[in-house]
Amino acid sequence: MSRTSVIELQDVLLVTIQGELTDRDAMALQEELTSSVASSSARGVLIDVSGLDIVDSFLARTLHDIAAASALLAADTVVVGMRPEVAITLVELGLTLPGLGTALTVADGMDKLNGSARPR
Amino acid sequence: MTDILTVHEVRINEEIDIVHVRQAARDLAVSVGFSLVEQTKLVTAASELARNTLVHGNGGRARIELGRALDGTPTLRLAFTDTGPGIADIDQALTDGYSSAGGLGLGLSGARRLADDFDLDTEPGKGTTVTVGFRARRPARG
Ligand SMILES: Nc1ncnc2c1ncn2[C@@H]1O[C@H](COP(=O)(O)OP(=O)(O)OP(=O)(O)O)[C@@H](O)[C@H]1O
Ligand SMILES: [Mg+2]
Repeated sequence: MSRTSVIELQDVLLVTIQGELTDRDAMALQEELTSSVASSSARGVLIDVSGLDIVDSFLARTLHDIAAASALLAADTVVVGMRPEVAITLVELGLTLPGLGTALTVADGMDKLNGSARPR
Repeated sequence: MTDILTVHEVRINEEIDIVHVRQAARDLAVSVGFSLVEQTKLVTAASELARNTLVHGNGGRARIELGRALDGTPTLRLAFTDTGPGIADIDQALTDGYSSAGGLGLGLSGARRLADDFDLDTEPGKGTTVTVGFRARRPARG
């Protein structure tokens, strides 16, 4: 029902989430990703959420936990491609995801992880 | 008041049913022309409340009513009912950040903010019904 892919690009794990995610899918992703961060010694995790039409509190917490675990494993996490209607809804829900890096596009996110913000 | 046009029931007994509730809510909202932002708010609120029904209420059902206000505006009303433990302290449950289960404690209070109308009916030991109502901001098509 949901398609999640993880690919390694240099030392960044690029994660794409699409479709309907059950809570179990979200937890499985968190476990899988955290193991991958450790085993690949990735420096960054880039999570592309442009394929998600909602982010509720459960998924938001999962994203937050992924970032926290990755940080302990010395990797930064950046969430990219959030749809505007999802951002509006998250704010109203009370979820501002503090501490979670964000970028608008995958390219911007890669730049952010590589420490070179692209000029706007 | 509102005319009720159709009623849908979705049972909430396992995790995948949260997805079923989201899909039913989305399909109905799209069918009567809710905007993308309105759909997203409604589906997100539905997801939070369906999860509460499953996790805190030990399962139950969602009743989704598609209606029309007097001025013709499409409305969606979603009622989540369970026969779980109920909520002893409603104010506490509606406080941002309160969770009895190690969650973020934003589901119930957040759903209330997202909805145009909100109602909480609960009795300790008997169960809980949470109802949220949404109105499409733009006129119905056709
Ligand atoms: N249907 C229900 N039956 C019994 N208790 C409920 C129900 N819905 C909510 N509650 C109580 O209200 C509290 C707050 O609910 P809320 O959805 O805001 O937070 P949560 O579910 O604990 O965490 P999350 O932020 O992940 O949703 C719950 O922790 C629970 O104690
Ligand atoms: Mg909840």
